[in-house]
This record gives sequence, C-alpha cells and structure tokens, in this order.
Amino acid sequence: MTIDNVLTLLGICVVTSPLVMLIVVGVSSLIDRRLTERSLSRITEIAVILGLTASLIILVLMLTTGRRHVPLEFGNWVFLPEQHFHFHLKFVFDRLSVPFAILSFVLCGTIGAFTSRYLHREPGYNRFFVLYAVFLLGMIVSSLAGTIETLFFGWEFVGLSSALLVAYFHEHANPVRNGQHVWTIYRIADAAFLIAALTLHHLTGAGEFDVLMGTGPWPQGQATISESHALFVGILLLIAVAGKSALVPFSGWLPRAMEGPTPSSAIFYGALSVHLGAFLLLRVSPLLEVSLTLSIAVIVIGLVSAVFGAMAARVQTDIKSTLAFASLTQVSIIVVEIGCGLRYIPLIHIIGHACLRTLQLLRAPTLLHDYHQLENAIGARLSHPTSAWSRIFPVGVRDWAYRFSMERGFLDTILKDYFVRPFLAVFRKCDSLERRWTDLLSGGNSRQSDDVKPHTTSLEEFV
Amino acid sequence: MPELHLPWLEMSVLIPLIGSLSVIMIKNSGSARKFCLLICGITFACAVGEWIDFSSLKTFEAHDHWDLIELVFHNDVFVIDELNAPLLPLVSLLCLLTILSTMKTKVNRFSFGSMLVSEAILMATLSCRDAWVLIALLIAALIPVWLELRSRGRSTRVFTIHMGLFVLLLVSGQALISAGSILVGGCLLTLAALMRSGIAPLHCWMTDLFENATFGTALLFVTPMSGAYAVMRLVLPIAPDWALQSIAIASIVTAVYAGGMALVQHEARRFFCYLFLSHSSLVLVGLELVTPIGLTGALCVWVSAYISLGGLGLTLRCVEARTGRISLDEYHGLYEHMPTLASLFLLTGLASIGFPGTTGFIGTELLIEGAVDVYPYVGMAVVAAAALNGIAILQVYFRVFTGRPRIATFSLQVRPAEKIAVLILAALIIGGGIFPQWGVSSRYHAATELIRHRGGQLEDPKHDGQRVVQPDTNSETTGFVSLPTLSQSSEK
Repeated sequence: MTIDNVLTLLGICVVTSPLVMLIVVGVSSLIDRRLTERSLSRITEIAVILGLTASLIILVLMLTTGRRHVPLEFGNWVFLPEQHFHFHLKFVFDRLSVPFAILSFVLCGTIGAFTSRYLHREPGYNRFFVLYAVFLLGMIVSSLAGTIETLFFGWEFVGLSSALLVAYFHEHANPVRNGQHVWTIYRIADAAFLIAALTLHHLTGAGEFDVLMGTGPWPQGQATISESHALFVGILLLIAVAGKSALVPFSGWLPRAMEGPTPSSAIFYGALSVHLGAFLLLRVSPLLEVSLTLSIAVIVIGLVSAVFGAMAARVQTDIKSTLAFASLTQVSIIVVEIGCGLRYIPLIHIIGHACLRTLQLLRAPTLLHDYHQLENAIGARLSHPTSAWSRIFPVGVRDWAYRFSMERGFLDTILKDYFVRPFLAVFRKCDSLERRWTDLLSGGNSRQSDDVKPHTTSLEEFV
Repeated sequence: MPELHLPWLEMSVLIPLIGSLSVIMIKNSGSARKFCLLICGITFACAVGEWIDFSSLKTFEAHDHWDLIELVFHNDVFVIDELNAPLLPLVSLLCLLTILSTMKTKVNRFSFGSMLVSEAILMATLSCRDAWVLIALLIAALIPVWLELRSRGRSTRVFTIHMGLFVLLLVSGQALISAGSILVGGCLLTLAALMRSGIAPLHCWMTDLFENATFGTALLFVTPMSGAYAVMRLVLPIAPDWALQSIAIASIVTAVYAGGMALVQHEARRFFCYLFLSHSSLVLVGLELVTPIGLTGALCVWVSAYISLGGLGLTLRCVEARTGRISLDEYHGLYEHMPTLASLFLLTGLASIGFPGTTGFIGTELLIEGAVDVYPYVGMAVVAAAALNGIAILQVYFRVFTGRPRIATFSLQVRPAEKIAVLILAALIIGGGIFPQWGVSSRYHAATELIRHRGGQLEDPKHDGQRVVQPDTNSETTGFVSLPTLSQSSEK
C-alpha cells in the first residue's frame, strides 16, 4: 500500500466519522428510536477518537514525508459538462486545515465528554447531541474544504446548529429570541458568502481553492484575479466573516449566544465557531495580498472590534458575557494580524485562544463558587485594584465609556432602529394595505385569521 | 411520437375520477378515507409507472399506448415529456400524503370526493399540452375549490373576482392567438398565467384562499404550481425575450416581497402562503431566464418545492389538526408534544430554502448561478429572497414548537400513518440532497430540450417525432413568435 493510499484512507476516515455519527444520531431521532445517554456518549467518543487519530496520523505522515498539500478527491457531486458547471467535492489537508481539524476534534471531544455529565437526565440530551453532530460535521467539512462550495456546505451546518443550540432551553422565551437573532445575522452573512462564492466561480471558472488562490501550498498561493475583483469579493467575504465571528457591527449576537448551555457556549462561541470567520480569511488570504484596500478594511474592522470587545468585556455583569467579549477581542486581534499579512501567527493564536477559552468557559459555572469560598476564608471581599485608565481620563469620559460599553456600543439598537424596524414597518404597511384591499373586494372582514386566539391555556379547549 | 407500454396517463386521470364517483356512495367517513387512500395509492403507482416507462424510452416525449383521445380526435392531448414526467408522480404523491395525514377526527370536514376530482383534473392538467384543453382544465380546477368555499359559508368574492379575471384573460388571450393576434393574445395569456401564479399585486386571492378554504384543499390547489405550468405550455413557446424578462422581473419582485411579508404574518397559514408564493416566484424567475443553467435550476427548485413545501404544508396541517389555527403572536411550546413534526417542519423548511444536504440545495445554487449570469442584480435578489425565507422559517419554527409546554392530558404524538408520511418525505428530501446528480441531469436534459423547442431548432434526428418549430416571420414585427404550442407542434 502506497503512502498516497494510506493518506486517502485516513482522509476518508476523518471526513466520514462525524458523518456516520450524524446519520446514526439523526436517523434514530427522526424515527423516534431515541438512543440512551450511554449509547450517545459512546458513539460520540468513537467518532471523535477515530477522526482525531486519523488526523494526527495524517499530520505525522505529512511532517515525515515533507508533503504540504494532500488532496482528497470525491469527484464531482454534480456535473453538467456542457455548461462547465460542477460541484466538486474535494477536501484538502494542508498546514491550515490539519491543525484546525485537529483543534475541532480535540475541543469537540472534550465538550462531548463534559456534556455527557453536565446534561445528564436533561430532557434535551438527545437534541443536544444531534445538534452537536451537525456542528462537528460542519466544522470538519469547513476546515478541510478544498472548494469554496464545500466550505459553504460546512459553514451552513455550523450556522444552523449554533442558532438551535442558543435556543436549546426552548421553554424560555429569551434563549429562543436570541437563537432567532443569531440565525438572522448568520443568514445575512451567509447570503454575502454565497454571492462571493458565485462571483469567484464566475471570475475564475472554478470553485477549487487551488485555482482561486493559486497553485502553491497554503500560505504561498497567489490569487490571479484583478485588484478590483478581489476587493469586491473580499468585502463580501468580510461581511460573512464579520457575521460569523461577531465583528462590528454584528457583535450583538455574541453575548446573546451565551443563553445556550455552557458546553455549547464554550465550543461554539468561545472556541470554534467564532474562529471560523478568521479561518475563512486565512483560507482566502491570497485575496488580501492582491488588494491593499481590502487589507486595510480587514485591519480597521479588526481594530474597531478589538477596542469594542475590550471595553464591553470590562463592564459585563455575568461571567459568560465577559468571556464572550474577551473572545471577541482576541478574535479581532487575530483578524488584525491576518490583515497585516501574517499567516502562521494568527493560526497559532487561534489554537491557543480556542483552548484557553474552552477551559475558561467550562470552568465558569464553578468559578463563582470558588470566589465565595475564597472570600469566606479571608473574611472580606476580594479587592479590585483601580484601573490605570481612571487616572488618565476624566470622569465624564469614563462615564460615557461605561454607558457605551454597558449598552454594547448601541450596536443592537442601531441595527434595530435603523434597519430592522423600518424594514418590517414597510411590510406591515403592505400587509395593512392588502387587508384593506381584500376587505373591499369581499365586502367585509376578509381575515378569519384575526379571530385566531393568541393563547389557549390547554389543548383540550380546542379539541 | 413514441408510445408508452401501457395507457398510464389515461389511467392516472380516470382512476381518481372513477374513485370520486364511487366514494360518494360510501357513507362512512372512515371507510371513505380508506377507499380514497387506495385510489390515491393506485394513481400514484400509475404515475410512477409512467415515469419509469417514459424513462426507459429515452425520448423527449411520448403518449399513451391505446391513446383513445388520439384515436378519436387525431390529436395528442395527453403527452408525457421531460417537463411533466417527474411532476405527475410528485403531485399524486402529494395527494396520497394529504389523505394519509388526514386525522380520523377530521375526516368529516374533508371532502374526499372533491379531492379526488381535483386530483383527476390536476393529473390531466399536468399531462396536457393542447392549449384549449389545458385552458379548460385550468378553469375546471377552479370549480371544486369555489364550491368548497361556498359550502363553508365563506365569502367567495375575492376568489371569484381574481379567478374570473384569470378565466377572461386566459380565454380571450388564446382566442386572439388563434385568430392571429399574437402580441395582444400573448400579453393576455401572460397576465393570466401571472395571476394564477400569484405574482404581486395579483396575489391576494391566494392569501384569501388559505384564509377561507380547508388547508388541504388550498395546499393541493396552489402547490402543484399550475400557473408555472401554464407559462411553460402557453407562454414560453411564443413569448419574445423582452416579455420573459418582464415576467422574470415581476417574479423576483414578488419573491422578495413575499419573503418580507412572510416575516410579518400573525398566523401560520398566511405565513405558509407567502413562503410558497416566494418560492413559486423564484421558480418563475428561473423559467423565464431561458438559459440552460437557469432553467435547470428552476425545474429542480420546482421539483424540490413540491416535496419540501408540500411537506411543510402537510406538517402545519397536522399541527393545526391538533391545535386549531396557529397564531404566530406567541410561543406554543409544542416540541414536547410532537418532536417528530418539529423535526419534519425544520427539515422541509430548510429544504425549501436550499439548505446544503437537502433536495433544494443544488437547484437553488443553479438558479442563482443562472440568474447571476443573465442579470447580476436579479441573482442577488434571489439570494436576498432565500435569506428572508430562511429567517421566516426559523422564526415560525420557534413560535410553533418552542416556549412553555402546554397542558395536554392525551397524546399529541404523530400517528403511524402520519409517521409514514414523515418518513417518505424525509427520505425524499435527504436522498435527493445526498444524490442530486441523477435529478439534476434529468432536469438539465429537460431544460435543453425545452430551449431547443422554443428556439425552433430543426428536428433532432435522435428524437423521433420532434418537428420543426420555426419562428413565424409575420410575427417578428409583433414581438411574440407565432409558434404553435408544443402540443400543436407534435407530428406523428
């Protein structure tokens, strides 16, 4: 068996292990044959260990043989040769994708083990693991994607599972509202991504990153498109990145996402999901080298988000929100690093930050308890040293900064007041006009649905 | 024209028609439901049979073996071709699933006889290529719906006014075309088809129908997209590019408008209606692009909309059967009572917006790619419409299935029959999503053939029975091409 065959087999193992997990968990849920907690936990373990082991072996083989680019071809998923349309299913193992895939497996494995105890006997235990499987598959597909369409495939899976996990405690209204908020931002980001992908496809006639970003192994590829095209596509991708990584102006969803259970917050918003935007920027980094304006835009958005995240993190009143904004600060710095032309430093930064933040978020529920114990032991409150900023800025500025941070930069308010409400108001007005029109035509009240009661306390009332 | 091995088309029309006459004599509602289920099952089997038979012939079009109409009138009225071949089994499947998912407690409110008549008309409509017969069938399909509205004591005025105008436009348009006035006739036919498709601002009959008819009837009337079929058969062969572009622009405006309207609805049926309208408009956008990629995308989305939106509608109908009309002003907390329906709602909803891994994904990609090719801004509007629909779907999912669980002392779980329907739909959605190549190739072939016919190319020697369809030089000055419709263009 040649080394190529071994790498192919291992690659298939990496991609199929989360897929098989999703099929088993998803199908059993759909046919109402729920697996036991023990079975779910075991399936998760097997899928993660298989995928992780295969990824590690691939890494070792790549290091020992000096290979920097191992493609895994699944051929054309859809192919219309006369129209040159193809959906190429291809995965790539390189210096960017392998560390990210290993990181995904390690953190998902940790969270899977943690969750099997943390959510023990929770009614939504099975639902969590279905969404977990969707997320893991999405992360692995995104990490290893060799074409922009395949990356979009995984990107969407991550988005859906994230939104549904934010709304995990769905008997309460707030998590559900926040899940909807996250989904809305993701849809906007995904729309930008889709347009960017199609534009790239048109410009280069292919969706493979090898063609889009030059043939050299990452990070040495060189994009072959013009500066203006790179700027247009890059701005669209930057919108997608901002949505996924909660950069300004889409930062409002990040603290909202903390409504989900702690393990999902840790894995999705502290560690993996929030870094997916930065990963995309790294993957399309040759575009940044073509357009200086685009690089500057990336740096500016990163800097603004970093400052905003640092300010907001300091005034949060709960630990998960504080950690969420701290994550935002670090992700923004990573984005700035990418904009500055660095490639390996941001990758190392992503790995280090993701591991640290996962640990912090998993530790968060017990941290307060430990603080209380500490204070009880010393018999006094822990002291908080005053910030150096207080000596530099006058009280007025500090008060303004405090309010600005407390209100999370008024970002949600601005988006709601200037975009969402006017948008919905237009359609509500249209709805009202339609009502008047159908009332006029029918010669009376045309909407039976107005009589639908908003609430019945018991379903027996209806039946 | 090549022949099928059996008279599948006639059987799939006659069986529900005879069934409708027989079901009237059954007094017991439960027995009527079972009988209706049997009839729909046989019709579905016939439709699948004709699709398999047709596929084995490897031709663009074929007609029945022992085609009685052809023998008597010397005219191929019922023809299966690459456009309608997959639509017929899907429509009959939708009818079958509608009956299958009708709860026993609701059988008294649902007219099985009327439903079977509607199915027969629908199967005939989708098999028909003769312009006047198609017009007659499109008009006939209105009657059962109108009668149901009357029998329910609801106002029929909105439906009557819109559909009256539709009939007037349709008949006068075709009459003018027959008389040689192609431009005016073509415009009237286009308007009629747009009205039947619910293109804004001519769409209010559709919301009114969902308000006043039973959910099952409204679903079976709009989901087959007879308006789009009328466009393909009556308008596409004769319309010049500017006319098709106008339809595409009107359709994309409707798609975005309906996507936005779906976000502000207070009741689930109205939400579904707007969601459907947005998707059917997207199909029309692709159909009017008349490029191989755009048309392939539209045909794929058409097929996927049958499955996904049909499934979504049936899911909402199942929920409604348990809770009554669903207000979207609050959270109902139904997940704990019906997790399977919640999963199906999400699955069908995501499939309808072209979520990766579902049957709608590749179709939507092709549609967007085709639109971007022709009009870049229209392509972006398609993406915007899909984004709005995606937001609306999850919003309604949250409203219906999340929230504080309601009190119920009896089980609201899906019944075995409903579970079968759920699994069939889930299998189609995921199966079509994971293995899309066969479906896309088939739709691509249909698209290229349709474009070839529209362009009036010379007969392809590989396909028996294809005739020359050339633009009429007289009509070039008018814009609309004086082509016989495809049905008239078939030579034996």
